[in-house]
Amino acid sequence: MRRVVITGHGAINALGMSAAETRASMREGRSGIGPLEFQDVERLQIAIGGQIRGYRPEDHFGRQELTLYDKFTQFALLAAREAMAQSGLEISEALSEQAGVVLGTAGGGLQTQDENYRSVYEEGKNRVHPFVVPRLMNNAAASHVSMAHNLQGPTYTVATACSSSNHAMGQALNLIRAGQAKVVLTGGSESMLCFGGIKAWEGLRVMSKDGCRPFCATRNGMVQGEGAAVFVFEERDHAVARGAPILAEVAGFAMTSDASDIVMPSQAGAERAMRGALRDARLNPEDIGYINAHGTGTTANDRTECAAVRAVFGPHADRVMISSTKSMHGHLIGGTGAVELLACLMALDEGVVAPTINYRERDPECDLDVVPNTARQARMRAVMSNAFAFGGLNAVLVLTAPG
Amino acid sequence: MAETIEDRVIAILAEQAVLEPGEVRLDATLGDLGIDSLGLVEAVFAIEEAFDIQVPFNANEPSQSEFDISTVHTIVRAVENLITAQK
Repeated sequence: MRRVVITGHGAINALGMSAAETRASMREGRSGIGPLEFQDVERLQIAIGGQIRGYRPEDHFGRQELTLYDKFTQFALLAAREAMAQSGLEISEALSEQAGVVLGTAGGGLQTQDENYRSVYEEGKNRVHPFVVPRLMNNAAASHVSMAHNLQGPTYTVATACSSSNHAMGQALNLIRAGQAKVVLTGGSESMLCFGGIKAWEGLRVMSKDGCRPFCATRNGMVQGEGAAVFVFEERDHAVARGAPILAEVAGFAMTSDASDIVMPSQAGAERAMRGALRDARLNPEDIGYINAHGTGTTANDRTECAAVRAVFGPHADRVMISSTKSMHGHLIGGTGAVELLACLMALDEGVVAPTINYRERDPECDLDVVPNTARQARMRAVMSNAFAFGGLNAVLVLTAPG
Repeated sequence: MAETIEDRVIAILAEQAVLEPGEVRLDATLGDLGIDSLGLVEAVFAIEEAFDIQVPFNANEPSQSEFDISTVHTIVRAVENLITAQK
């Protein structure tokens, strides 16, 4: 079977404007969560989020470009640009037909929808900008990344709520394994921090008003974030032949459906996904040194995820480290698994495990080593990243150190 | 005769439980009525809309919120208190 490696990564989110800045924040256990700033925020009960500070679109894109780019597209383009530069890939005409893009997003162009609904419903306008549709469509980010880098192969968007990015990266892995592409830019992007985006979540009553505290006995819900991360997935032989930097190997992937409840997670579905990813990577539970948890900070997810890890990992559950970096960058919904994969890469190539910050009090139902508050040094060969979405859709990736 | 707060709360819970209002006893728990966590979130929303109040309720810590959901009776009392407090 063709092997797949990661040869570049890029990111933008509340923890930093690049992959390096994001990793530095994760190492320091810094929080990117603070007061939300956008129109009508005073009408929200939930007033905090992992919003990117000091971001000015015009610093990165021209005026003509910005008429076509919703924020979720801008974030994807910035992350893709950084990832491509790091990979050193040159897209020749021959390679371009074997190079694609698979990105996750849950909401697509939500900023565009929010602004334009406001304009036609609240302000009573009868005309909207001609590019509303190409800005808001869920595949806009993938298409613009494809255009920016001349990637003419398989290109599409995956939308599976909070698992979108992990599903997207699993699709990218399988495209390369199947020989349908040699290179795929993959990851995810989300920009849900707008009045309508948060108002909808408020209705579900699962958001915290005061902070994201995964696995902590005092946790009281999730906090949203925004941003993107993009990775260059490349056929290993292709990467080796051109002497590319290899950050990690994408060793395994599995996806399952709980087929039970539209919002309540199922332990069995999570277990099957983790077991499947290990089997696909031909690894045993003992090989995994770190799990980047889904860890939303809701009562139900964290309890169920810990029980599933204990069931899959057996005695090794007491030794494996598991952290939720959502405590720092918030829940990026369809982009979250991509940003979280940075913590997995950091564990593999720097030997630094990102912490679960805001941890105060042990919860007997989350009785694992959650790497509380401070990053930890540890060398390891393999890591796992979990995503368990609303809708009961689970997607788990396993990465290994290159070699 | 004017409809009381109790009648209206019971009507909302009955609708979630797919029962007749007369079948909802004041000492019944949400479990007795077969109302699950999603049903509860919908009922809280319906109560907020019906009485134009804010109900302090977080699905992550239903037992710790100031809104006591132990029984139909405690919910009715909590709604009455919120209406008094928020008028």
